[in-house]
Amino acid sequence: MRLKALLLGASFLTASGFAAQAETLTIATVNNGDMIRMQKLTDDFKAKNPDIDLEWVTLEENVLRQRVTTDIATKGGQYDVLTIGTYEVPIWAKQDWLLPLENLGENYDIDDLLPPIRAGLSYEDKLYAAPFYGESSMVMYRTDLFEEAGLEMPEAPTWEFVADAARKITDKENEIYGICLRGKAGWGENMAFLTATANSFGARWFDMEWQPQFDQPEWKETLDFYVNLMNDAGPPGASSNGFNENLALFQSGKCGMWIDATVAASFVTNPDESTVADKVGFALAPDNGLGKRGNWLWAWSLAIPAGTQKAEAAEKFIAWATSKDYLELVAEKEGWANVPPGTRTSLYENPKYLEAAPFAKMTIDSINTADPNNPTVDPVPYVGVQFVAIPEFQGLGTAVGQQFSAALAGQVTVDQALQSAQQLTQREMMKSGYIK
Amino acid sequence: MARAISPRRKWTITVVAWLLGLALFFPILWTVLTSFKTEGEAIASPPSLIAFDWTLANYFEVQARSNYFKYVGNSIVIALGSTLIGLLIAIPAAWAMAFSPTKRTKDVLMWMLSTKMLPPVGVLVPIYLIFRDTGLLDSRTGLIGVLTMINLPIIVWMLYTYFREIPGEILEAARMDGASLAKEIVYVLTPMALPGIASTMLLNIILAWNEAFWTLNLTASNAAPLTAFIAAYSSPEGLFWAKLSAASTLAIAPILIMGWFSQRQLIRGLTFGAVK
Repeated sequence: MRLKALLLGASFLTASGFAAQAETLTIATVNNGDMIRMQKLTDDFKAKNPDIDLEWVTLEENVLRQRVTTDIATKGGQYDVLTIGTYEVPIWAKQDWLLPLENLGENYDIDDLLPPIRAGLSYEDKLYAAPFYGESSMVMYRTDLFEEAGLEMPEAPTWEFVADAARKITDKENEIYGICLRGKAGWGENMAFLTATANSFGARWFDMEWQPQFDQPEWKETLDFYVNLMNDAGPPGASSNGFNENLALFQSGKCGMWIDATVAASFVTNPDESTVADKVGFALAPDNGLGKRGNWLWAWSLAIPAGTQKAEAAEKFIAWATSKDYLELVAEKEGWANVPPGTRTSLYENPKYLEAAPFAKMTIDSINTADPNNPTVDPVPYVGVQFVAIPEFQGLGTAVGQQFSAALAGQVTVDQALQSAQQLTQREMMKSGYIK
Repeated sequence: MARAISPRRKWTITVVAWLLGLALFFPILWTVLTSFKTEGEAIASPPSLIAFDWTLANYFEVQARSNYFKYVGNSIVIALGSTLIGLLIAIPAAWAMAFSPTKRTKDVLMWMLSTKMLPPVGVLVPIYLIFRDTGLLDSRTGLIGVLTMINLPIIVWMLYTYFREIPGEILEAARMDGASLAKEIVYVLTPMALPGIASTMLLNIILAWNEAFWTLNLTASNAAPLTAFIAAYSSPEGLFWAKLSAASTLAIAPILIMGWFSQRQLIRGLTFGAVK
């Protein structure tokens, strides 16, 4: 009898132990300022959801992408929430690797999400990832150098103006370079910039039959323009410069202009990091009068892998991290300037935010002019502004990027680079069955 | 009779050795110096060697963001575990190959080494699936198993080379005195080959400590070692060199200290020979 009672008591204790045990969500994320800030603010989520614990796995972007892709493709189930970008979402949703976000809560206000960002994260009209922060690209320029040169930057400049201004500002003896642009090879590095730029020159990766278009005059015009401009007005060694290298150059006062991610605005205007913090102006990415600007669209977003056993808790977390309340929380703890940008319309109607972030208007205008479903002058069969949302693009983009980087370094001519790009893309597209 | 070396030649060798040593050590020195800079100073051009405002802020930031000791614990368990199991398997294997060779021994050794010639990513998906199905993903047991397997060819090769230096007559003498096979290995071979075994062990610990492909791909949070700790501090958007350097310094510190204290054994092992 005593033994029975003991056993009963033990099983009750075990059962209640399990009941009290919190569910732990494993969240894979990247190392950038906004994500790290979120990790510091999760006490608020835990207070509202005491039955959910959070475990963070922070990795460098490329490592994260490789790691998460392996896990999701094999249904490894190691993560409950994934940080992914606008490139992965349509591809993975089509493969049924992600769960649609259909229970984000009554107060979530899904219609408040910026339309281009929401479109980029949806597949067949269902949202598969919630945006944590969004970005486009724009021109950042030195107001003092423009003034000295007697130039005035228009709000929406043309490529012609940008090229002329860059050449005028350049003073190589004093290490002032008119323009800093990405040159480092990679689908997310130089090809993000060059694909978006090519869109504004009327070029495209593929026609409607998936035939590569690098042999067309629009690509030749794009690459000639880029290489000549960088040779005349770019910094030395530009073929190995990516976002961080150009950021360092701009912050140390060596670039007259820099066209890159809108998220850079908060870095270059931060007096703790930048020597030119009070001399920076912003303008829309340039165009060529063809109706498309050379700006891209990206959003780091939170999604739920189909293999998770904790979908309900994961969706609760995503709803919290991408809600209006979270923006308020960041504003309260760290100030409005540090709120993750580019996800919600209401943020850009908030006078406190507009006052704290001088780059806010240009960011929202840049995001709103990017259209992932209709990115080019001529029609294309793919989605994506600075990428082509097909699984083959990571490898293709990097291979083509290496050719273009070599052209910038002077190792091959523009014609040779375009010819190689055409051949390798044609080969890959035939191998993958897009063209017969 | 020792060969006389002229003082000039001695000086030249010393200077060259120092220059080579400094060149090899410079990346580590630069990492440590950068870890004490601000992010702005870390990317400044031209860079300053020591004339900057020294700060510990990066170390505090890294400590606040990550549980360093959890990662160190995992690294120690994985590196030591895989090395010890590797030695337990490799000592008898190397003994057999060194003292009872067959005409196929060289082929077997070559075959073992050939497993290192396949790029790891080639077997990532099959191993990932095996780990998933056996519940070994994100476990220290699983990582110890994988690292044992991938380093085993190197351990066997190194031990085989050391064992070959030991004259077979010494083992024969032990056998004539009535030693069993186990006693021969434990009481005669192992003590004689200890410097070689020690240096193999140290090298293998270093290899396992620094292994980044499998440790990053097969772990998430529970079993993540220091390689994952470092990977958390690189960023495509924003300045990160100083924080990354602080994380790297913390990650290499234990193995650097271990290497420093055991350098005598390491050198002795690498120049080992029973009759030297």
